[in-house]
Amino acid sequence: MSKTLLLGNEGVAQGLYEAGVRFVSSYPGTPSTEITEAAVKHDEIYCEWAPNEKVAFEAAFGASLGGARSFCAMKHVGLNVAADPLYTASYIGVNAGLVCAVADDPGLHSSQNEQDSRRHAVASKVPMLEPCDSEECRDFAVLAYKLSETFDTPVLLRLSTRISHSRSPVGLNERREIPLKDYEKNVSKNVMMPSQAKAAHKKVEERLLKLREYAETSGINRIEWGGRDIGIIAAGSSYVYAKEALGDGVSYLKLGMVNPLPIELIREFAAGVKKVVVVEELDDIIEAHCRRYGINAVGKELFPFTGEFSQATVRSAILGIEPPYRELEDGALPRPPMLCAGCPHRGLFYALRGLKLYVSGDIGCYTLGANAPLSSIDSVLCMGASVSGLHGFNTARGKEQAKKSVAVIGDSTFVHSGITGLIDISYNQGLSTVIVLDNSITGMTGHQNNPANGLTIKGDPTAAVDLEALARAVGYRRVAVVDPYDVETTRKTVIEELEAEEPSLIISRRPCALLKYVKHSTALSVDAEKCVGCGSCLNVGCPALSRKDKKALIDPEQCLGCGICASACRFGAIVKEGK
Amino acid sequence: MSVKNILIVGVGGQGTLLASKIMGRVYLEQGYDVKVSEIHGMSQRGGSVVTYVRYGDKVWSPVIEKGEADIVISFEELESARWLPYLKPDGVLISSTQRLDPSPVIMGKAEYPENILGKISALGIKVIPLPADRLAAEAGNIKSANIVLLGAAARRQDIPKDVWIEAIRASVPPKTLETNLRAFELGYAE
Repeated sequence: MSKTLLLGNEGVAQGLYEAGVRFVSSYPGTPSTEITEAAVKHDEIYCEWAPNEKVAFEAAFGASLGGARSFCAMKHVGLNVAADPLYTASYIGVNAGLVCAVADDPGLHSSQNEQDSRRHAVASKVPMLEPCDSEECRDFAVLAYKLSETFDTPVLLRLSTRISHSRSPVGLNERREIPLKDYEKNVSKNVMMPSQAKAAHKKVEERLLKLREYAETSGINRIEWGGRDIGIIAAGSSYVYAKEALGDGVSYLKLGMVNPLPIELIREFAAGVKKVVVVEELDDIIEAHCRRYGINAVGKELFPFTGEFSQATVRSAILGIEPPYRELEDGALPRPPMLCAGCPHRGLFYALRGLKLYVSGDIGCYTLGANAPLSSIDSVLCMGASVSGLHGFNTARGKEQAKKSVAVIGDSTFVHSGITGLIDISYNQGLSTVIVLDNSITGMTGHQNNPANGLTIKGDPTAAVDLEALARAVGYRRVAVVDPYDVETTRKTVIEELEAEEPSLIISRRPCALLKYVKHSTALSVDAEKCVGCGSCLNVGCPALSRKDKKALIDPEQCLGCGICASACRFGAIVKEGK
Repeated sequence: MSVKNILIVGVGGQGTLLASKIMGRVYLEQGYDVKVSEIHGMSQRGGSVVTYVRYGDKVWSPVIEKGEADIVISFEELESARWLPYLKPDGVLISSTQRLDPSPVIMGKAEYPENILGKISALGIKVIPLPADRLAAEAGNIKSANIVLLGAAARRQDIPKDVWIEAIRASVPPKTLETNLRAFELGYAE
């Protein structure tokens, strides 16, 4: 059969298609986003972007109860948001199969923490599968539906950046159409009040025992005998790193199911090798499990709790070797990510820069406003926390502080979980000023539509959240809209709203410069006669600007003519080309 | 066949992903096992980006580590310096001579280093410098520099030229095809 190169995420989507899934609801989050973007290409699957992961999980749960095989995807921190429905969905179980993919990010390629989502599987007592390449992503997605329906449980599918974002060959199969299941009212199963939940918890414990039996015997966890001096226990990316580094020189217990873990199978494996080594990125979950059952295993003595592994990590920890390589004596200058040329966020941050404010930040492209030279953000915690965190900060420090601080939050993040913070401010008589950076798209994850831009996941027109009306509805009387390319007006507006003795919402509105429909002005250029080489324009931190021969220089290939740098120039030296 | 490792490095937005996608298609077409690993998300915003391409009879890991790459295809000089340690000492560095200032240089905190490719050559590394952006402009669009570099890499592998051309045909939008094929030929000639 001919195979196609698919991302791990596309492999999962292919599995959803083959398994007859009908309903997908997700919130974008690197590295999980492409699952839903690939699923939506199949007309047989209803797909949507939800406002956040909790809503996505609950919608998928509802669809499962309604009889459709259903799915949601999120990044590791997204599962924290969806943890509430997950833990009780574990008690209720499913009607049609319910699977949630969660993508971890060891090495923090695009995240604010490095948490290990296997902990959620253990704590919520649901099975978790972990594939090691794109073909297994497909296979495990299909298998997850079988397990979900056989064991009456939601199933977690754990991915990681390397598995999600690596392409490997997948043989494509046909879709198996699964008819919608009947819905039957069943209060003792589907309504979780204390009396029902007590009984349900007992069932969950019994289910875990049955799942453990499955983990022991089904073949999803398998022993590959090789050299007997060392036996490696690993799953997912750690397994392929170990195979790459150690080949057939050692034996493997390859785990496909990471919760619950087998006991007897591990004992059998351990008895067949001289030394058991657990290779697992992030936490020591498998290793601690071995110890708990008296199986001698080493893991974190050899491997770190932090960062992403590779074959080099395994090779150096177990064999103590490293291939030779050459490098330049002075290495290479760092190249940190920065806001794109023409990014509207730059104008807003440049307007804030001179005001010496406390800026409560949030999660998105605009988090880069924390980096030099804009250096405009004081704190970033999690999605939505800019707004609620600002309320706490200002309340703790008193009324005057509210005149010296703002929150900045993107449109998608605001809908995700900023609205509740806004209500917290107005309800509790706070004075905080919140700035929504409305660029009409979910940017950092690669341009997904969202409830505020009036387009569905398929790009069809739909109702858009009216941010101005929403702010008024929750009690904000002061709502201002500014264009961040107009730095002066933006700065003036921020000053005005900070002075007001009531809370304000400022909407800094301009679409992302990378959106295809956005028309740009012609590139700007530097009038060398007027440029004194002071470098003020370089403080806007634009990739199109540099300094050459003590004068500013604009790269016409990159410049989108936004004019933010021109507003930083006191000498009028930055001008439209040809003027 | 033992596994071959190709590292594609550049700056976010330079089109490294398209190049790796075409390579992956070619090797799969030739019957090899293939893994291509990409990074999406935050680092794409003007940061240093890397794509790993590995092919052979059986490929386990999707990543390439220090001292493992047979070829490094670099879209930018400073990135050549950054990723040099990933090249085998007897590997080949195909580097564009394009220079894009990183933020420390933009802000005037550092100078862009001089003669990077010369210094790398002096370490005994085989370097193929390529004015990829000039050749791309010659082909009709400066954005096709990625395909120029792909052309230069293609000539150094045992795979017929028309297989590459077919893969480009299947991977790029039809209206950019002619430009991309010209870009490939210009790179292939280098």
